[in-house]
Amino acid sequence: MSPAAAPRPAPQPVHEGAAVRLRDAAKTYRNGAVEVPALRGISLDIPYHRFSMVIGASGSGKSTLLNLIGCIDAPTGGSVEVCGEKVARLDDDGLADFRAKNIGFIFQTFSLIPVLSAYENVEYPLVLVGTPEAERRRRTTQLLEAVGLAEHAQRRPNELSGGQRQRVAIARALVKAPQVVLADEPTANLDSATGQSIIELMRRVQAESRTTFVFATHDPQLMSQADEIFVIRDGTLVEQRHGRSGA
Amino acid sequence: MNLLFKTAARNILRNARRSLMTGSAVAAGALAMMLFGGFVSYIFAGLETINVQRVGHVSVFRTGYFLFGSGNPAAYGIGDYKRVMDLIAQDPKLKPLINVVTPTQSLVGIAGNFSGGNEASKTFLGVGIIPSARDRMRMWDERATGQTHPADGRLADGDEQRGLVGTGLARILGLCGPLHIAQCPTPPAQADNATPAARRDDVVSLAQLDAAPATAQKKDAAPRLELLAATVGGAPNVVSFAVAGAEPQGVRELDDNYIAMHLGLAQQLVYGRGEHKVTGIVLQLHRSEDVPLVRARLGEIIAANHLDLEVRDFRELSPFYVQVVAMFGSIFVFISLVMGVIVLFAVVNTMTMNVMERTNEIGTIRAMGVRRRGVRMQFILEGALIGAIGATLGAILALAIGAAVNHAGLTWMPPGNSSPAPFRVDVWGHPLLIGGTWVVLTLVAMSAALIPANRAARLSVVDALRHV
Repeated sequence: MSPAAAPRPAPQPVHEGAAVRLRDAAKTYRNGAVEVPALRGISLDIPYHRFSMVIGASGSGKSTLLNLIGCIDAPTGGSVEVCGEKVARLDDDGLADFRAKNIGFIFQTFSLIPVLSAYENVEYPLVLVGTPEAERRRRTTQLLEAVGLAEHAQRRPNELSGGQRQRVAIARALVKAPQVVLADEPTANLDSATGQSIIELMRRVQAESRTTFVFATHDPQLMSQADEIFVIRDGTLVEQRHGRSGA
Repeated sequence: MNLLFKTAARNILRNARRSLMTGSAVAAGALAMMLFGGFVSYIFAGLETINVQRVGHVSVFRTGYFLFGSGNPAAYGIGDYKRVMDLIAQDPKLKPLINVVTPTQSLVGIAGNFSGGNEASKTFLGVGIIPSARDRMRMWDERATGQTHPADGRLADGDEQRGLVGTGLARILGLCGPLHIAQCPTPPAQADNATPAARRDDVVSLAQLDAAPATAQKKDAAPRLELLAATVGGAPNVVSFAVAGAEPQGVRELDDNYIAMHLGLAQQLVYGRGEHKVTGIVLQLHRSEDVPLVRARLGEIIAANHLDLEVRDFRELSPFYVQVVAMFGSIFVFISLVMGVIVLFAVVNTMTMNVMERTNEIGTIRAMGVRRRGVRMQFILEGALIGAIGATLGAILALAIGAAVNHAGLTWMPPGNSSPAPFRVDVWGHPLLIGGTWVVLTLVAMSAALIPANRAARLSVVDALRHV
């Protein structure tokens, strides 16, 4: 089944307000006695159901910003609120559970589990949240069909091309119907044609599922698809502009 | 759990060579522990068999005999011992448990050989036995060690004059030739006869006075010894003793002093014409595990009949057995500890490398929502799986090698044995050894994985994701 004819992921319920809200969020790394500020007090709101981009040069702090939004790092100042949850209130297990339920990740290096097949990689997040087996099977199959990899379901990551691996990663990020999907340079390791097809795929599934996508990128192809763009420079938000949706 | 197990199993196969090396270390540990454990178990069974054949499971003595009686066995005799034996043998609780009940008389004295130009004498440790009971006791083999002895036709219940000596005592008393003992040197010719002829003749004459009828002696071509001992009253007593054969006793001190004679002759020597008593009543059971039960019941019988008796089991009577068991037990523990440490380090090394190589993967699953506990469980399960697979392989090898050794027909001389015994490695017969070793090594491997697993669980998600 081609991706174009694939079944649609279940759409998110419509939410009002901001999926992500940062207020004076700062992150300073300590290297011995030296303090290195990565984010210098950023405040921003990322709306629900949008294809948002955080752009900036290497070292500008966009990956750090995504880490804070993804609840895998804690700010050294300010506050981070994701899907209405003040993440500072959660302990480590609480954060893990929150991520398992609400946040999907797409990594630059795909980061699939090498000993699991494409099907098992996609199924993995559903196991974490305790989804019943029949439901897991239905949703995993649906997502693999949506990304056009139903025929490769039993292949291990090392038997797939880079583009196919990233499709598996997209399916894995979306299978649990998270409120927010974070993608850090998702096309950086792909050739331009493959990257373009991956962008189109993400755009399509985002439109169908109405999931909130947040990217960190400096890929012009990807930026051209943005609804919202946040420009980061030296750990500071220097510009916020609307993208192609014109909202 | 299924996904956890599947992931663990596949990760083991992912680094097949490394897992194979670690699993081999575990298998080698399991193999060593099981083979040595099987060998030790067989030694224990062999020693137990030897001791139970010799002294039975439980002995009943006059109170105080065990601690003080060897200096003067006659003073600790059990009078009316046949009634005591009947009480034991006919007890409804004991009867089904007992294989043999037999009296025994210990004694010390001097044995002399003054025939055929010999002038040798030697102190001896004697034991008076009932030959048919001795034959039955020597057939006991609960542990299936194959160390049974056919009935000894040299001794008979109806012939009180005949008995056996240790090969050492036979050598010392110049009986190697008459008894046709192989590899037994004869003493060099004596230039000076140290025993005055008159005293020697006195001893021989005394012995002939107390001996069996002359007709019986003439028919017996066995060499004779004159045995001198003090009676209960302190008077010297002498009997003539026909040496039907010599048997090695394993331990030199015993071999050089041992005489087994008919109970009647021992009683004649110790008690003369007085009341014939015994120093002990020996009980051999069908099963060793019944010893505590029998001891308890004997205590009840003794108390109920107001008897001045005490009960000892073969472990108390054979400290050598207890010492050997303790020694081999310590060696087994030592070997197990060494193997455990080897397995521990092998698994720690492997799992540490696995954690390092999979740091990015750890970051990924943590980002996806796996708790620290889930990461820890993943690596602990992998360590346990390596341990379990290695231990299973080791068990299979141990069973195969054990079977091969047992079929090879090898023999060896166990400590305290008088003849070679089959060399066996009894792994199959000890499921507790197999299961225990398997569980211990799997737990060791699991524990070894705990350190790298904890390190993996504590990794910062961001740092782990950045790891290349």
